[in-house]
Amino acid sequence: MSLILLLVIPLITGLASFAFRKAQAVKAWALFGSLLTLVVAALSLCGIKEQTHTISYTWLPTLGASFALQGSVTALLMTLLTAIVFPLTLLAQWNKDIEQPHRFYGLMLLAQAGLMGVFLAHDLLLFYFFWELALIPVYFLAGQWGDKDRIKSSFKFFVYTFLGSLLMLGGLIYLYLQTPNGNFDYDTILATGAALPMAVQNTLFVLFFIAFGIKMPIFPLHSWQAGAYEQTLTPVTIVLSALMVKMGLFGVIKWLYPVFPSGTEQFGNIIMILALIGIIYGSMLAIVQKDIKRLIAYSSLAHVGLMIMGIFADTHNASVGVVAQMFNHGITITGLWLVVDMIERRYGTRNMNELGGLAGAAPQMTIALVVITFSSIALPLTNGFVGEFLLFLGIFESTNPNHIIYMAIAGLGIILGAIYMLNMVQKVAYGNKKEMAIADMSMNERLSIYLILAVIIILGVYPNLLLQLL
Amino acid sequence: MKPLIATAVFAILMMFAALTVKEKKSFTHFAAILMLGLVGLNVWELADYNRLLASAQASPDLFGKMLRVDNYALWFNVLMSSCSFFYILLVGRSIEKVGVHVGEYYALHFFILCGVFLLSTYNNLLILFLGIEILSIPQYILSGSDKRNLKSSEASLKYFLMGAFSTGILLMGIVLLYGAMGTFDIHGFNFYATGTLNIMGVVGVLFMLVALGFKVSAAPMHFWTPDVYDGSPTPFTAFMATIVKVSVFFAFMRLFMEGFANLDPYWKVTVLGTITVLTLLIGNITAVYQQSVKRMLAYSSIAQAGFMMFVVIGSNAMAMKGMIIYAVAYTLATVGIFGVLLKLKDYTYDGFNGLAKKHPFLALIASICLMSLAGIPLTAGFFAKWFVIAAALEQPGTFWLVIFALVMAAVSLYYYFKVIMAMYFKTGEPELITPVTTMDKVVMAIIGSAVIVFGIAPDMLLAWI
Repeated sequence: MSLILLLVIPLITGLASFAFRKAQAVKAWALFGSLLTLVVAALSLCGIKEQTHTISYTWLPTLGASFALQGSVTALLMTLLTAIVFPLTLLAQWNKDIEQPHRFYGLMLLAQAGLMGVFLAHDLLLFYFFWELALIPVYFLAGQWGDKDRIKSSFKFFVYTFLGSLLMLGGLIYLYLQTPNGNFDYDTILATGAALPMAVQNTLFVLFFIAFGIKMPIFPLHSWQAGAYEQTLTPVTIVLSALMVKMGLFGVIKWLYPVFPSGTEQFGNIIMILALIGIIYGSMLAIVQKDIKRLIAYSSLAHVGLMIMGIFADTHNASVGVVAQMFNHGITITGLWLVVDMIERRYGTRNMNELGGLAGAAPQMTIALVVITFSSIALPLTNGFVGEFLLFLGIFESTNPNHIIYMAIAGLGIILGAIYMLNMVQKVAYGNKKEMAIADMSMNERLSIYLILAVIIILGVYPNLLLQLL
Repeated sequence: MKPLIATAVFAILMMFAALTVKEKKSFTHFAAILMLGLVGLNVWELADYNRLLASAQASPDLFGKMLRVDNYALWFNVLMSSCSFFYILLVGRSIEKVGVHVGEYYALHFFILCGVFLLSTYNNLLILFLGIEILSIPQYILSGSDKRNLKSSEASLKYFLMGAFSTGILLMGIVLLYGAMGTFDIHGFNFYATGTLNIMGVVGVLFMLVALGFKVSAAPMHFWTPDVYDGSPTPFTAFMATIVKVSVFFAFMRLFMEGFANLDPYWKVTVLGTITVLTLLIGNITAVYQQSVKRMLAYSSIAQAGFMMFVVIGSNAMAMKGMIIYAVAYTLATVGIFGVLLKLKDYTYDGFNGLAKKHPFLALIASICLMSLAGIPLTAGFFAKWFVIAAALEQPGTFWLVIFALVMAAVSLYYYFKVIMAMYFKTGEPELITPVTTMDKVVMAIIGSAVIVFGIAPDMLLAWI
């Protein structure tokens, strides 16, 4: 039941949002809806120890598709992340005025419903449905609100991801036709996929991987990323980078890796190399950026690269690390975007070279920025460290012949990460002082950011809270 | 055969109504009522047929095996007449504005439906020919009905000359097939009767392929389509691009599935596959460069025809399902978008700028319809694409053809979403030529919700198969 609630609450609250006319009312309504979702998500994760919930209803009998949801640990962690990110974002952005707020918040909540569906779906057709449904509201959010190049960049994002989805659709229908009696059930898909001849598996693997790889994104399918992140409003950027990225990773973990074992064996090494390139290339690009949003966008490319390597390292530690890092990265990057948005709203610019002296003007904000940055570069005692440590350990233990070289190169990513992130903090917080009095964080911003800091530090000091689930 | 006779009777009634009825509006009301009656007759026919069949009183063969009725064809007739009903409700106002002979325009629509019903139930190549002709000739007239408009006359002439040629080719194909097989009955063809391939029969197949390809505007027989669709009065374009086109596809599929069943799959996969690739490529790539939404929709109808070719390539049980869903999804979405287009003064993309702010309802319906055409989940268009692709994939050797089609579907996003971007993300002052009445809103809401309902539960459309 709780699984259905996770889908239905955002859907209903989202649709209802369109009926509101007053900005404050719709904000309160959206916050209320997302908090309700958070409660349900937290409760269902607490209840998981007893058993994994699976529900299934008939949906399309002629096709053999069913409305099946499963709350595995990974899935519920991702839904919890989705449920945490939305209220925190809405809270931190409370004072920001948005044109046509009823549409904006309605679409945001619909996007949340789509994301929940992607993580919970236990039927391939249903998964594909939600995979697309999460995209449509985000496309409208990205195209309607944001900077002046938004139409172009959001369309680029849309076409990229949709092309990937269509290729996956081709593979999906082919896979469906191979199932014994036309079925989309997860177990049937697993058995069918594994039994396919190697050449077919490889082709289908590539088709599916392109769809997931674009969403993550993995080098060289990443070129939509920086523009889309840069041009959108912060809440949308957060949805894109903290949550939609996880859709791609989650898709690989649940729908690709176990379904096509031979394809995984064949392409695992190539994908690891691509991910490595992404880590180094993303970090290098991040170093030369002046715009903070672009910098974080490229740093995200590097972080995701490490997670992809973890998936294909095929060891226990790496797979635990991936899920932990997916959760932690979502929290950290949300905090990062929120602080950047506060800075931008106060100074009117995101260009690092024009910023400076934040530490004197707004000490609380600076502390938040620094702690979140530490988490982003995976310093011990922050949550970022836990996941990345496990990932490195897992890659080191991998049976891949080049595992030590891979780990060493990936390790460079951390050093490069420290360079660009600390450089950013140094320029923004210290540097030449700006003669501009700005307000420190307001009440709602403080509440939101402190909650994020709490998660970062608690999970950093006592990671078992998270790891015992996995 | 009540509906078939009714179409002809209703058409004649409409023509004679012109003698007594003076008010233009009354024609639309009259036509809508008759069309509703036609839907009712079709439903009755479907129910009656099942009852009689259950008690073994009915035979599927009619008129000495000229026609063959089954649930599938009758259900298709029900759906097409229902779509025609919504079409009349939505564009009736615009039909009244085309010219003075409103009664005749509606009469011609009923004649076209007569052809549609023949095409869905034919069992004999002569009936196929008759159906194609009954369907085509009223279209020549309709496309030229805006007599003072040069483009309309050009469309009519072009369509007529090229259509006449294709009819000749179709007849030639039928004759060759008859010469080779000695029968017009589509269930009586055997291409390997003598042990080797019957060459004359295959040449006949090729001729018929060209002629039917012309009617459904498959490349490279598509050249008439943009000019005719663009030049014809817009409401008639909506009818020609939807109900007429999918009905010919229905006949096309039945010909290959039932008539040419024992022909080597090479003809489906390679020959039809080539036509499909060309159609998809030309339709999609050219649509990208259009400035006018109406012309874009003409090219998009070529692109959609490329997808519908998959049902002919498949020619299997999945293709039968796909045909029904694609027909309904494509017809509803195209009629819906034409309904919105008819309200606007400016048919270019810029004419749509800022529509979402000024007329949010129109923009919403147009977006739903365009997304359905693009094949996005939760709209009927998604399952339409799903079924036709599954139908094609069941035919061995079509995998890369399908992947190519999917890449082309991604290209189609560009021109469909250009309209959505104009409506939602850009600002402008769109002008309407006719106000949006409550009737329009109701019909549009029905079409929009039907697109979404069939996008969640396409099973509803397959109830009778």
